[in-house]
Amino acid sequence: MATKKAAKKQRPKKAQDKSQKEKLVTVFIMGKAHNVPAEATIMGAMEYAGYQIKRGAGCREGFCGACATVYRLPGDYKIYSGLACTTLVEEGMWLSQLPAIPAHKAVYDIEKLEPNVATIQKLYPEVFRCVACNTCTKACPQDLEVMDYIQAAKRGDIEAVMDLSFDCLCCGLCAIRCPAEIVQFNVGLLAKRLYGKYLSKKSKDLEERLKEIQKNKFEKDYKALMKSTKKDLKKKYYDRDMEGQ
Amino acid sequence: MYPDSMSESLNKVIRSRPRRLELAKSGKPIFPPMSAEEREEVLNKFHPDYKPESRRKLKVGPNKGELITTEVADLLESHSRIKSDLFDLSKPDYETDILIIGGGGAGGAAAILAMQNKAKCIISTKLRFGDANSMMSQGGMQAAVKPQDPPTRHYLDVMGGGHFDNKPELVHTLTHDGPDVARWLEKLGVVWDKNEDGSLQVLHGGGTSRKRMLSARDYTGAIIMRTLMDEVRNHPDKVTVLEFMPTVELILDDKGNCAGGVLYNLETEEYFIVKAKATIITTGGYGRLHIRGFDTTNHYGATGDGLVMAYRAGSKLLYMDSVQYHPTGSVFPEQIAGFLITEKIRGAGGQPLNKDGELFVFPREPRDVESSAFIRECLERNNGIRTPEGRLGIWLDSPLIEMLQGEGYINRQFPAMHRQFIRYGIDITKEPMLVYPSLHYQNGGIEINDKCETKIPGLYVAGEASGGVHGRNRLMGNSVLDYNVFGRRAGKHAAEYIKSVKLGKLSLDHIQKFDAELKKAGVKTDLIAPILLPAYTPEAVRKRQLTAQYEGTLR
Repeated sequence: MATKKAAKKQRPKKAQDKSQKEKLVTVFIMGKAHNVPAEATIMGAMEYAGYQIKRGAGCREGFCGACATVYRLPGDYKIYSGLACTTLVEEGMWLSQLPAIPAHKAVYDIEKLEPNVATIQKLYPEVFRCVACNTCTKACPQDLEVMDYIQAAKRGDIEAVMDLSFDCLCCGLCAIRCPAEIVQFNVGLLAKRLYGKYLSKKSKDLEERLKEIQKNKFEKDYKALMKSTKKDLKKKYYDRDMEGQ
Repeated sequence: MYPDSMSESLNKVIRSRPRRLELAKSGKPIFPPMSAEEREEVLNKFHPDYKPESRRKLKVGPNKGELITTEVADLLESHSRIKSDLFDLSKPDYETDILIIGGGGAGGAAAILAMQNKAKCIISTKLRFGDANSMMSQGGMQAAVKPQDPPTRHYLDVMGGGHFDNKPELVHTLTHDGPDVARWLEKLGVVWDKNEDGSLQVLHGGGTSRKRMLSARDYTGAIIMRTLMDEVRNHPDKVTVLEFMPTVELILDDKGNCAGGVLYNLETEEYFIVKAKATIITTGGYGRLHIRGFDTTNHYGATGDGLVMAYRAGSKLLYMDSVQYHPTGSVFPEQIAGFLITEKIRGAGGQPLNKDGELFVFPREPRDVESSAFIRECLERNNGIRTPEGRLGIWLDSPLIEMLQGEGYINRQFPAMHRQFIRYGIDITKEPMLVYPSLHYQNGGIEINDKCETKIPGLYVAGEASGGVHGRNRLMGNSVLDYNVFGRRAGKHAAEYIKSVKLGKLSLDHIQKFDAELKKAGVKTDLIAPILLPAYTPEAVRKRQLTAQYEGTLR
């Protein structure tokens, strides 16, 4: 569902042959015009133009959220946002990276929290200022339903917040656009931790295994393996059975 | 969208799919796994490490005379960024119990254990806290949590994957601590993928004989890293995080203990002295060295900084002749060339195919073997698929996953991969991905023992920067486990160590000594390291940057 929106927003371009590939477009990096490859990402375009990025690049693959960028397009009043590493340049694009996002994080003792609405209320009371304008959702480069998870936080539905915010990169574009000044991504992070710690069903297998380890059940076998010659170990390795798919 | 030039090959993939689906459903291996001899042959002929020009003899330092990866040898035989006589070490800018160099997963885990053991820490990190390969691991973490999978079986898989070169005590530690790490992370709030009954979901990875890979969709590293960071940030009184402040040299004392580091503010270009009773290197790997011209899956700051600093200070390195290429780096579209495509795709049933849509290798060989088989298929057998930009690739048939696991599985389990490709009009539920090996992991590193100690008292190393855990080839899901297992141990043992250490007079003499050794060995180099950030400036621009060498920071 989310990804369908992404496809539309990004206008997928068909790969072209080499001659067309070297086509250039003009973009305005913080107001300065540069000719850059038409198929470049914003990050690629900045480096092509000669910028050595310090802030504004991290994983470069869409996982870390370091490269939040805002831009406008010619003849269009709208302000757009995206990640520099995954957004392609367009002719006439006027862009600026956000070197850091001012955002507050509640400091808490995870051991002493309860997974409910009161915790949200105490740590992030501004959540309740949400006016349901949906600007956060529109700003999300992952196409998450950000407003929906903030609404779920208001209801104390920790599981829904966890699920809807799971793929969040903490890039901060929601927070910087929010008229209610909510730091959505930190609310999401809190909910994930609350869910993982308090609400997810515990694994019996894991508890069993930990008991076995505590009783040193495997140490004898370990010792034998660690003492084995390379030849013996190799034989054991290539003879071992495989669990099926 | 794939160009028309690939459609003939794509059609062959579609045509062979029903047959391959039946094969996958049969439960038998869909292609015979290689024997020891077959593995050896394909590695010798096609793994980039095994080419003679890929290694050269190191001329200086504790590993002098060893054959190691050429680009790493160049990095180690470099000059320091600093002149040691410029610093007054008697007046440190910061004093702390433990200096942690590197803000990735190992650094985060170390900080948590250190503060729980009553030590105060400074985390010095080059970019933001969490800008690390740890954030990017997608597929999962291995841990032996199932009744049919004792930790000793995990041990055997790790040793075999590493060609039996791993240090046994470290593999014992890695596999033994796995289940405890799984629980520890859950107690911190990591949301693992689970089955209905609460048991942990497990999948296969390359080289595993049991399903053992735990995951958090395909954002496993991101979920763990953000949880660790959040926990650290809940204790601002105990841990100080200095971002954009990489450590560029270690400081020793006159007794040879590690005593902190010299930090460099990337933005103001100031240097700072941190005096610390113990130091933990958690700087990760070196993918951004683009060894042998390969693209990399690694994050922007993966430039092997810790190796350089530790080597100058006298630490021994292990297995620096070995580089990991992840079999499935993306090759199309060009904008995402080199990006990681998680091994979880093959773990869930995705199949690698040649241009005729045919299987040519067991999908879950250890990474070095699998990568070599891909290279052989492309270069020797001419069965690769060519992109418009001239790259060669292998199909990774993802639509099969939904046929095996049910509709909606990809959206639930691989949201990141789906996003990565749909941006470019490729729907991986319907079309395969095109892949080729991409530079992924530093198999070797600084030698440690099971307490993460090095031979320099007070210097600890954890995570990718360390060597010995994975031998000469790491298996999937073991790096996430590694940074947690050894990050925690480094934090704990460093916190114990500081209770008794008394530092002497601080010194940077080892830097001058190393430089003298370079001179004596006749090494001529302009390279200054840690290089901190890679440069992607085009040649034409660089030619106009006439004074860039005076900028000091980066170029």
